[in-house]
Amino acid sequence: MADENSPPSSRGRGEASSALPITIRGLVRHYGRMVALDGIDLDVAKGEFLTLLGPSGSGKTTLLMILAGFTRPDAGSIRFGDVEMVRTPPHKRNLGVVFQSYALFPHMDVAANVAFPLALRGVNGAERTRRVQTALQLVQLGDLGGRRVDQLSGGQRQRVALARAIVFEPGILLMDEPLSALDKKLREQMQIELRHLHRRLGTTVIYVTHDQREALTLSDRIAVINQGRVQQIDTPQRLYEAPANHFVADFIGDSTFLPVTVANGVARWRDQVLTPAAVPRDGAYQLVLRSEKLMLGGDSRHPNTIDAEVIETVYQGDSVRIDVRLAGGDVVTLRELARGGQAAWPSAGDRVRLTLDPADTLLVPTP
Amino acid sequence: MSLGLNAAGIRADARRERATLAALTAPAFLILGALLFVPVGWLFWLSIHGDNGYTLENYTRMVVEPAYASVFVTTFELSLLVTALAVLLGYPLSYMIALLPPRAASACLTLVLVPFWTALLVRTYAWLVLLQRHGVVNSLLMNWGLIDQPLALVYNFTGTVIGMLHIMIPFLVLPLYANMRAIDRDYVRAAASLGASPTAAFWRVYLPLSMPGLAAGTVMVFVICLGFYVTPQFLGGGRVTTISMKIQENVATYFDWGAASSLGVVLLVITVAVFWGFSRLLPLRRLTEVSGS
Repeated sequence: MADENSPPSSRGRGEASSALPITIRGLVRHYGRMVALDGIDLDVAKGEFLTLLGPSGSGKTTLLMILAGFTRPDAGSIRFGDVEMVRTPPHKRNLGVVFQSYALFPHMDVAANVAFPLALRGVNGAERTRRVQTALQLVQLGDLGGRRVDQLSGGQRQRVALARAIVFEPGILLMDEPLSALDKKLREQMQIELRHLHRRLGTTVIYVTHDQREALTLSDRIAVINQGRVQQIDTPQRLYEAPANHFVADFIGDSTFLPVTVANGVARWRDQVLTPAAVPRDGAYQLVLRSEKLMLGGDSRHPNTIDAEVIETVYQGDSVRIDVRLAGGDVVTLRELARGGQAAWPSAGDRVRLTLDPADTLLVPTP
Repeated sequence: MSLGLNAAGIRADARRERATLAALTAPAFLILGALLFVPVGWLFWLSIHGDNGYTLENYTRMVVEPAYASVFVTTFELSLLVTALAVLLGYPLSYMIALLPPRAASACLTLVLVPFWTALLVRTYAWLVLLQRHGVVNSLLMNWGLIDQPLALVYNFTGTVIGMLHIMIPFLVLPLYANMRAIDRDYVRAAASLGASPTAAFWRVYLPLSMPGLAAGTVMVFVICLGFYVTPQFLGGGRVTTISMKIQENVATYFDWGAASSLGVVLLVITVAVFWGFSRLLPLRRLTEVSGS
């Protein structure tokens, strides 16, 4: 635990000495014939904010449930720090868990909910009151201790659940889609607050979500999970700018794909030579076209220009979505920021030219 | 008052809807009134009105005669014991069924309900066959060498408790199961993650959350037990006399309607008091302040 007397704002990131690294090896879990986890290896650094990102049914929630001890794996090892935990029951793992449903005890008021883990640890009297109050202030609910749970809004419940999970200063915090029940505006606000809170506490966090923007906003690193396997684990920027495979490129970002062949060190889409960021080994690839990376305009002096015909233009407030058809019939989406007032966007039937910067020209192996 | 567009027509629609509802519920109110309040009122009048006008004789008799006191004591002992045993057996049973997947759970619930398909009298006689001196249970126990002499399992207090318990368990299980099924598994998980051992999680979280169903089931079992007649009559072998049996005796043997109806009134008052007491306790917050205080 960090020095109690220093003001919380002076706590630097990762200062909390109670934060623990997590080491996961060979984690396997079947449900009947279905494979939920197919050999997961994962290292989470002390104080890191790691997000498990994947579609529903990918295994990310199973992984979190196994880490919390609510589900038994078939095999594998989980270490918190140096301690093997895979056979330890949940109440002895000393984890903070925030549930999607919040799971606030309806028969206790807010303060009693937050005091619950302290009471179980024999923290009593003034010390307990003080720590409950500190935790509630940390989530900006300092004056709501006496409220009943059913008198709180969704955002407030979320904060109480968070306060309850951190009040006993666990070294690891697990969060299962904690913001998914909130509306968009509140969710974005809570994302920023979670970032600040994590900086302040320095706890190791494992966070599960299927929302890519949330993952990109919050995480130090993201582990993309699909079909029970880690597809790629990287920083948000690396994940977005250098996806390891077709699944990652497709799952993160608004992408369409074109088939590309690399032969004798030259990448080609149909007959056209492409200039990618890096030319991979000869073989079959997919060109990743992110809607915001494609630019309207350009001429034949630029590398990577493609002629296209506009199918539909949709004004979406902050941006304009333009669907175009390329020679050969592939349909691609591009997105232009709606700037400059009444700018004239191309409309259906117009011939346009698209340009892709070589740095944004990503190739992933054909799955 | 300014009338908006179609305001009169819309109000007429609302009025018609209320009238329809009233017409649909009227028969129920009439039947309740005729079959419940009228007889109870008549019973009460009988209990305070003798041949020579108004009298409290029927009520003073209950206090003065020790036989009556013992009837009340027996009835309460029996009801409390059966209720306690029903909770002990029914709570784990409900818990197990609530944990099962939906299909298996409804199969189990059906099994719990099977006794309801048979007449009360038939079930009671079935226990006679099982529990009598040379019945199935005693024969098995003696064959296995667990006992030398047959146990006195019937025609006494024990037999009455066994028979009533069997009939009462579904009344406890049904409301309790409905309650438990609605408890999100995340509550117990949350308790565990916060450091509660399975025992602590049960006492501090699961039990309080299942308390409304438990209270409803308990009060139902207790109140039905208070008025039980058939099972103590047949399995008690004359050694167990409950209030309802005393009422029957007063009417059938002594033709004393005053004595019978005064007992009925007292039983009714006790029942209402039990309901009232439980409903005072029932609000979730009051019942379940287990932590943080």
